[in-house]
Amino acid sequence: MNPDLIVIGAGPAGMAAATTAADAGANVLVLDDQAKPGGQIYRAVEAADAKAEAVLGPEYMAGRPLAAALRSSAVTYVPDAAVWQVTDGREVGYSAAGRAHLVRAQQVILATGAQERPFPVPGWQLPGVMMAGAAQTLLKSSGLAAEGAVFAGSGPLLYLVVHQYLQAGVKVAALLDTTAGANRLPALMHLPGALRRWDMLAKGRRWMAAIKASGTEIVTGVSALKVLGEERATGLGYRVGTGPWREIESEHVFLHQGVVPNVNLSFAAGIKHRWDERQLCWHPVTDAWGRTDIDGLAIAGDGAGIGGALAAEAAGRIAALGALAELGRIDAAARDTQARPHRAALEREGRLRPFLDTWFRPADHFRVPVDDTTVVCRCEELTVKDLTDVMEIGLAGPNQLKSYCRAGMGPCQGRFCGLTVQELMAREQGRTPQEVGYYRLRPPVKPVPLSELALLDADDGVNDG
Amino acid sequence: MFKRIPSESTADAVVFDFEGRSISARAGDTVAAALLAAGETHFRTTPEKDRPRGPFCMMGICFDCLMVIDGEPNRQACQVLAADGMTVRRQIGAAEVGPDDPIPGAET
Repeated sequence: MNPDLIVIGAGPAGMAAATTAADAGANVLVLDDQAKPGGQIYRAVEAADAKAEAVLGPEYMAGRPLAAALRSSAVTYVPDAAVWQVTDGREVGYSAAGRAHLVRAQQVILATGAQERPFPVPGWQLPGVMMAGAAQTLLKSSGLAAEGAVFAGSGPLLYLVVHQYLQAGVKVAALLDTTAGANRLPALMHLPGALRRWDMLAKGRRWMAAIKASGTEIVTGVSALKVLGEERATGLGYRVGTGPWREIESEHVFLHQGVVPNVNLSFAAGIKHRWDERQLCWHPVTDAWGRTDIDGLAIAGDGAGIGGALAAEAAGRIAALGALAELGRIDAAARDTQARPHRAALEREGRLRPFLDTWFRPADHFRVPVDDTTVVCRCEELTVKDLTDVMEIGLAGPNQLKSYCRAGMGPCQGRFCGLTVQELMAREQGRTPQEVGYYRLRPPVKPVPLSELALLDADDGVNDG
Repeated sequence: MFKRIPSESTADAVVFDFEGRSISARAGDTVAAALLAAGETHFRTTPEKDRPRGPFCMMGICFDCLMVIDGEPNRQACQVLAADGMTVRRQIGAAEVGPDDPIPGAET
């Protein structure tokens, strides 16, 4: 096994990148942590029947040709593979079927996508509370939905999942919308660009109209949330503006506050990142071909900045063309010509983004909790107060915080506290998030048993591809 | 409680044991999905403060659904497919790993 290109992730960007490269004759290895291709957005799309299409919508079905193309291509596709390392020498470490492997290629494309933004509110760690994306995952892969659930937060995915629940005939107890009214004016500045995607704006309005028409209780202007219950969620408390606390009973609470790039692998590879003030998250620094500052490592899709599934697909093809040129399989002129339609698609998909990012910008108090007792680091069970007590002694950054209280050192490796800790520290110290920085992430970025590493086979050793 | 949306799916049923309770799942369900469908939300108890936790992200990144599956601790219930005859237990506190534990993949 001596691939020219390794693609990590089989969502829209990964599937598009891998098939584009393989169709041009490159030897491609795809490593994905799921059992089936699709990523999160097209999860279980191969198994979708007419009923699933009716519930999940035509946008979801757009993943089907991508998955089919991956299956019929010459790509070596390894599902259920946990990638725990990518080095600056393009060496990829992964585990599959209880065995660890190391493999190297001339080109590596990271297509690791997005995760939901941490949304720390009091009680978010209780059983019964899940992210809205988790509700959607259960719907896609197992046809499961929770009757009478409460959805709370902001962002297109929140309304989409509520809409999908209603399409499936499942009652929703309430939709508590935290979108800040103060976002509207700055968002309207981006309206001219957004109007060039009036089709997408209209789709969002259709979802909202359908949710309203269903009789679902919709509360806007929600300024505070707290999950009720001791041993598990029993409901959700909320305030509108400075009004009184109110409560809605429900065993299932689904939270959402937008999505952010999965940066654990790109940070651990040593790739340069910068803080994006509009999307309020880290973006790896990439050029027009997705190339990073590390030779041979490129990033495509939401992992490089949130753009959505169709943008990710286009970016995947562009990154593959870039890799093919680096491999010497096509020349620069062919690369540029072939990339043209994908660049047009990328531009088209990007038109609405500034408007969406600004309209759904999560309010400060939903990114950095104001209540001292709110759990921030779920793994190590550390509250706002636990962290600010340590910060008081004066710390250089989030990484130093680890040595004092283990924040970010649990199994999730900061995925659900990193942004919060960083912004909390920025607030406490009067610095910018860019100045404060992020946790220093190191491999393995996924837990791998020592026994697997000990048994790394010599035959399996690194090829100088 | 989570309920199954009616569909034309004719997936086989699989049955596994959770804390002495027999859980019926649909082939293709993860352990987490099957347990949620059976009304279970308490999957583990935290090592530090002994608090209950359940699935949160369902995409393998939050590690709140860690369980003991077929005797092996620290398995992500949202990533492991349910299989016939499986034994699933809550993970109470930190996983215990001892010197006598079998090494997966090692020759015996």
